[in-house]
Amino acid sequence: MGLYEEPILRFAGDRGLLVELGDEIAPQINKEVRILNLLIQRSNIQGVVETIPTYRSILVYYDPLEIDVKELCLIIKKLALQKQEIDLTEPKLVEIPVCYGGELGPDIEFVAQYHNLAVEDVIRLHSEPLYQIYMMGFTPGFPFLGGLPEILETPRLPTPRLQVPAGSVGIAARQTGIYPITSPGGWNLIGRTPIRLFFPEREEPFLYRPGDLIKFRPISLEEFRDIHAREYGDSDP
Amino acid sequence: MQGNTEIPILKVLDPGPMTTVQDLGRIGYQALGVPVSGALDQISAMLANWLVGNWAGEALLEATFMGPKLEAMEDLWISVTGARAIITLNGREIEGSQPIRVKPGDILWIKRALKGLRVYVAVRGGIAVPRVMGSYCTYVQARLGGIQGRALIKGDTLMAKQNNKDWAGPKEMYFPYDLVSDFEPELTLRAIPGPQDYHFRNSIELFYSSTFKVSSKADRMGYRLEGPLIPKDLDAPQSIISEPSMPGSIQVPPDGNPIILLVEQTVGGYSKIATLIWQDVSRIAQARPGDEVRFERIELTKAHHLYKETWKRLNDLRERLGAPSHRPR
Repeated sequence: MGLYEEPILRFAGDRGLLVELGDEIAPQINKEVRILNLLIQRSNIQGVVETIPTYRSILVYYDPLEIDVKELCLIIKKLALQKQEIDLTEPKLVEIPVCYGGELGPDIEFVAQYHNLAVEDVIRLHSEPLYQIYMMGFTPGFPFLGGLPEILETPRLPTPRLQVPAGSVGIAARQTGIYPITSPGGWNLIGRTPIRLFFPEREEPFLYRPGDLIKFRPISLEEFRDIHAREYGDSDP
Repeated sequence: MQGNTEIPILKVLDPGPMTTVQDLGRIGYQALGVPVSGALDQISAMLANWLVGNWAGEALLEATFMGPKLEAMEDLWISVTGARAIITLNGREIEGSQPIRVKPGDILWIKRALKGLRVYVAVRGGIAVPRVMGSYCTYVQARLGGIQGRALIKGDTLMAKQNNKDWAGPKEMYFPYDLVSDFEPELTLRAIPGPQDYHFRNSIELFYSSTFKVSSKADRMGYRLEGPLIPKDLDAPQSIISEPSMPGSIQVPPDGNPIILLVEQTVGGYSKIATLIWQDVSRIAQARPGDEVRFERIELTKAHHLYKETWKRLNDLRERLGAPSHRPR
């Protein structure tokens, strides 16, 4: 089916409207999501509190005291018709240095074996593409990236780890992503970035937003240590 | 008037198992994966603040089951709401749900919740913590907000933004017991079908007619329930493309045990059979492991009617207590 002709609106409780634009993970559907999200935000609709764009849907939080849900549905359907008329701004390209393998990427051997590849091939294949951030979630700043080469598609771990260190880069199914904070996680860890991704005190708390592009740059363990020391002071990774 | 100079007001003698600084949540960052967090029982949190003349979103404490033991360092007005708890002031038992005047050296102890799980402690003028991403609330997993992003520990000193000891007390004393949870161990929760109720056509009647038990896996992220398994329809997908969830979303993983999602979650990949109405998110958050839960189907129009009615009563109450409607200044 792919992209729907018009969005399907579903009720998510008494304060949420789920706007569904398609039924698969695809660049075009995600682009439509970001366009419609931008249109909703620019419209400054009285009573709309917050919007959360994801792969193929947007959750619109509203205050029922300020807007009638029927009216909100009409406004969103109208905006969806206009969506071809705007262009998104150029996405930002963010380069993320990654030290692949070893202790920092304990599952890279498994990923390589799983696909009958050398570890170097996994590194090359993973660091070549320009990935687009389809959505952020799971933990603060966790980017779900689209564009992983099909040959690297790897099932998630049978049992999630209780603690995945901040900065870890992982693969699960056709997705790749970065753990910005230490958290549990079930993705195959292939490397780690030494840079800080989360700055709660800044106006822009993360280095990237949904829609931005990510490029991984392989670095040595030495470089990892240097950058890490610079980013975090001298504390251990 | 001392202006905005922060002053120490409370010393933490015993933090209790999990006491954090909360407010009504971190709004506007869920698109970046930052959960809303905030007080789980929003109604009790607002009432605690209003009782001491604060606006609803002031920083206050949320305690879990056993509360903190606090020593006052100033003349203060304090209120305690939420779970029915044994509260003592200098060893003498006192009633909650009212403004309490304390003097330097007084010891306020929320000994233990008798009914319900979460206790709110508000201080006139609010607890002074930095605003991080627009909110005071603590999100422990990301070490965000509150006191250094963590739960209270013994020896912490809580600060106030300003001392409001000259406050005359509430305009009129009144507490709407019927607006807060009744804290009974059997709860009927009102739920609006969707967004993926169509994945459960064959089990939806079972869902609304069964009694579930709150499991021990119950925290600020969500409450896992146990009871009859709610199977998905055979033609429904195992999981859905990850999409946003909200406090009160009832997701059903492939194992068939529903999970009521709460405030520390932004996205998920399981179908959601229904969503609790706003008022009942506050009520489930007061339930304890072992409590029994049933769901009552409610249509959106009816839910919005109830929402408006509840807010009208909350606003009337706020006015009667003389609390401001918005963040001051």
